[in-house]
Amino acid sequence: MTPIDPAIKINALELRNLNFFYGKFQGLKDVNLDIEERKVTAFIGPSGCGKSTLLRTLNRMYSLYPGQRAEGAVNFYGQNILDAKQDINLLRARIGMVFQKPTPFPMSIYDNIAFGVKLYENLSSAEMDDRVEWALSKAALWNEVKDKLKQSGLSLSGGQQQRLCIARSVAVKPSVLLLDEPTSALDPISTGKVEELVHELKQDYTIAIVTHNMQQAARCSDYTAYMYLGEMIEFGATEQIFFKPTKTATEDYITGRFG
Amino acid sequence: MAHDNSTNGMNNALYKQRQRTNAIGLTLSMTAMVLGLAVLLWILFVLFSNGFKALDWNIFTQSTPAPGTEGGGLANAIVGSLMMVGFAVLVSTPIGVLAGVYLAEYGDTSKTAEVTRFVTDIMLSAPSIVLGLFVYAIAVATVGHFSGWAGSLALSLIAVPVVVRTTENMLRLVPGSLREAAFALGAPRWKVSTLVTLRAARSGVLTGLLLAIARISGETAPLLFTALNNQFYSTDMSGPIANLPVVIYQFALSPYDNWIRLAWGGALLITLSVLVLNIVARVFLREKTPV
Repeated sequence: MTPIDPAIKINALELRNLNFFYGKFQGLKDVNLDIEERKVTAFIGPSGCGKSTLLRTLNRMYSLYPGQRAEGAVNFYGQNILDAKQDINLLRARIGMVFQKPTPFPMSIYDNIAFGVKLYENLSSAEMDDRVEWALSKAALWNEVKDKLKQSGLSLSGGQQQRLCIARSVAVKPSVLLLDEPTSALDPISTGKVEELVHELKQDYTIAIVTHNMQQAARCSDYTAYMYLGEMIEFGATEQIFFKPTKTATEDYITGRFG
Repeated sequence: MAHDNSTNGMNNALYKQRQRTNAIGLTLSMTAMVLGLAVLLWILFVLFSNGFKALDWNIFTQSTPAPGTEGGGLANAIVGSLMMVGFAVLVSTPIGVLAGVYLAEYGDTSKTAEVTRFVTDIMLSAPSIVLGLFVYAIAVATVGHFSGWAGSLALSLIAVPVVVRTTENMLRLVPGSLREAAFALGAPRWKVSTLVTLRAARSGVLTGLLLAIARISGETAPLLFTALNNQFYSTDMSGPIANLPVVIYQFALSPYDNWIRLAWGGALLITLSVLVLNIVARVFLREKTPV
């Protein structure tokens, strides 16, 4: 990692005039936004407002489905990832994603972590052991699973499975982590652990998180974007959005008058 | 609306009527169940009572007897059946599983996939005798003699569509989120398909495979035209080879008591092995059901 001057803001991702279409339906309308490096940017808004769509644009997950397309530009350290020539697999190795529901692979805990690493790195078994331990420690799961690495990932509890999925994404050392409602299927204690983790991970990673839980956005993000019907209504520092929103629509949503 | 006391509480007339309807429905479905089960049990009873009398060690050690000789066994037919079914499975497993992966993971809406799906469905419902005749035309008539290979080919043609369809269906049961999670790590499609989705669906795929084996191990019609039969012990797949279904067919129609006894024994052997395969398949499928 290159040392950075804290005074200079570096944007990991810059969204420019981003439009997104599900067939004829427009899911995102002219979104402009900067996601700063090593900060947590939260996306809030009512269901169907396009926040997950936006996240799925950032790692081109939508490309899996014919009929979904994005227009405009998403610059990832200056490179437009919407470019048709972009290698999508390499991109996804750099921009990781954790989903709403835990999705452990049907293999051992160890192999769940090693799977992604093996795709792009050729490690000796000792190095792989280190990497697995490192990733599981990063996700605050190592102490709970270190004695059962050979057990199936599916044998873990829901909260542990979600942390396994975070560890799996972290293990490939991406530069950006996209979290799509990572705690909506978890109990409060597991949620707390994941939130602590987000706080921990932003030392090294740029994080974009979609959440339905406004306290969560307030607790763990540096910037917050409020979206409604595919449009970016307001974007700013989290404190400003929650204490001095400039738009009444944002204030209504945050104070619970709407949504 | 005026209230009268009888509808304030329970409507007894309605309840009685529902009870009657229920009784009629239940009786009808129970009768159907008993009829179906009775026929099945009858078949099994006849098969087991005749078959167990025929089962002795000689069945596994001696070959089919010549006309007019005493005793004999089914060793040649058992070995022939195992070889033909074995080769058929060896060939149709990779073809069937890979085609199923293609249909479920790659060719979602492509023309090739639609055609493949259509042809597979036709082959699934094609009478096995038609497939037998086809193989006779291309692999027996052209070389001039019956052979175990031709028999194996005919059996593969029956097994492949079964494996293709179960593999595709089982892969489609794998939640899309698991696929997305693998893609999100930057895995190329072929690795996602083979290392993650196929793995998630493996017990279902295995079940399909076992059911295909169960299906082909009892097929007679395609073997009549292809492997024919062989009175002697032979492991030469390029010549005619003995097999259980055809031996049962020929021996059951013969006038010799020991032949008829052996036909029952063979029928029981096939039934038992299919039964075992089905039970194993069920156990796998039960493990597969998500927690």
